[in-house]
Amino acid sequence: MTFSPTDVRKDFPIFNRTIRDGKRLVYLDSGATSQKPLSVIEAESNFYEFHNAAVHRGAHQLAEEATDAYEGARAIVATFLGSPGGSDEIIFTKSATESLNLLAYAMGNAPVGNRFALSSKDRIVVTEMEHHANLIPWQQLSARTGAELSWFKVTPDSRLDLNSIDEVITANTKVVSITHQSNVLGTINPLAAIVKRAHEVGAIVILDACQSVPHMRIDVKALGVDFLAFSGHKALGPTGIGVLWGHMNLLDELPPFLFGGSMIETVTMTSATWAPVPQKFEAGVPNMAQAVGLGAALDYLSGLGMDEVHAHEVELTGYLLDKMKTIPGIRIVGPTNTLLRGGTVSFTIDDIHPHDVGQYLDSQGIAVRTGHHCAWPLAKCMLVPATTRASLYVYNDEVDCDALVDAILGAQKYFGRF
Amino acid sequence: MELDSLYQEVILDHYKHPQHKGLSPTFTAQVSHVNTSCGDEIILNIILEDGVISSLTWEGQGCSISQASVSMMTDLLTGKTLEESGTITKSFADLMASKGTSAGDPQILEDAVAFAGVSKFPGRVKCSLLGWMAFKDAAIQAQAQ
Ligand SMILES: Cc1ncc(COP(=O)(O)O)c(C=O)c1O
Repeated sequence: MTFSPTDVRKDFPIFNRTIRDGKRLVYLDSGATSQKPLSVIEAESNFYEFHNAAVHRGAHQLAEEATDAYEGARAIVATFLGSPGGSDEIIFTKSATESLNLLAYAMGNAPVGNRFALSSKDRIVVTEMEHHANLIPWQQLSARTGAELSWFKVTPDSRLDLNSIDEVITANTKVVSITHQSNVLGTINPLAAIVKRAHEVGAIVILDACQSVPHMRIDVKALGVDFLAFSGHKALGPTGIGVLWGHMNLLDELPPFLFGGSMIETVTMTSATWAPVPQKFEAGVPNMAQAVGLGAALDYLSGLGMDEVHAHEVELTGYLLDKMKTIPGIRIVGPTNTLLRGGTVSFTIDDIHPHDVGQYLDSQGIAVRTGHHCAWPLAKCMLVPATTRASLYVYNDEVDCDALVDAILGAQKYFGRF
Repeated sequence: MELDSLYQEVILDHYKHPQHKGLSPTFTAQVSHVNTSCGDEIILNIILEDGVISSLTWEGQGCSISQASVSMMTDLLTGKTLEESGTITKSFADLMASKGTSAGDPQILEDAVAFAGVSKFPGRVKCSLLGWMAFKDAAIQAQAQ
């Protein structure tokens, strides 16, 4: 079966509507959040319509059904990521942001002697291309514990500078937290050398997979990382649901972050012990319908086939890059070929401000993101205060890319008239 | 085209030919403001002499709306008393909150009534207010001197 974005679009009700007085919706903002297929919308509403009850509680049929649906979603995520320890290694959070904060706060809670405990003798490593969600939690943990924050620089050709890997990942490094695919540049970071060096010095590797899980086949075991975080809403799923995967032995030793109901084993007025993983990290009634929706989303993606999804995006990205390169005055901020690169294409045109470009594109029915994309340090290092970003996904096709290129030319004309 | 109500000629003209850009070497107060959602930045110098704004200069980068707005604002407020500036600032803020229902008072706002169209685009209202927020701040600081 060949991959057909036209067929895919039929599964997404939002494409039945039009934009700005009857124009075709050209949605190129999946890097911010993806659209949802009907199966996901129905899975979420069916949960409320037929099975709603608090999971892991109530002694009644609805509670059983709700728990089955919620735990079923966990199993789907485990399979999707190739979790070696199965479902128990999957923790539901509200988002990737929460997953990464969970790790940083939990490490901050680690007592002396715990492998996650940090002090001024330790180092935390990130990269210059992190989304704020994978920078600030570590920056602030560093401020709280005294651990030194260090980072891989980004080269002018939009790659991580790994030449100095041994000076960045030093013997005292305990945490290396990096993005798999940049949400601005589209760069896919090679992990093997980083994982090898980190493990040599006894550091754990955390992967911000927000921009990779939705777009390529992920096998956590093959990647060799220790923790992985992603958001459901960028992977065709609902908002309000995210995932943290980690190796069981590490999750066992990691202290909890949020305290409350459902995460305890025993409680007295002055002390408590913790439930086993994953419950230890899921305090309170979770986002159940959203977890079920995420399960449906990953089922949908598996139905398309993640290798097919990735191949489609690489091909379409190549098509778009080739067309964009013919526009005079354009600067692509990111790799200009499809080698180790995803379908996120940031650019500037002439000296037209991205916010103005975005406004013009919107008038043509084209949805893009503009600004620093929650990666302010990266914008500074690429010497662009802001960019316009088009991000491709399963429902995009060459018609969308052509529309974008035509509209960029239109914007040049529109703003060039003075 | 709807877009033309946003990008009035006078706005694009100020964007291409900004007024009072380039910071004065001395100042009564200097402030710097950023729009955190898009990264637009402005530094504003104010010189206050006997309650009159004798100089208002700026440096900055950002979209056409934010830059044109600062440019027009510095044009409007230079030479005015603080009291007059308060009336103008209030009038501009009201216009931007009008969601396209007000045409603005040309007696008070002069060319800045061109921003009436911007008030229809909720995403751009913040851009147009960046410089004005900076001015409010600068005026307070200058008075405290
Ligand atoms: C690379 C990357 N990391 C983290 C995040 C944060 O995701 P969320 O806002 O869903 O928590 C994003 C979202 O833009 C992202 O692109």
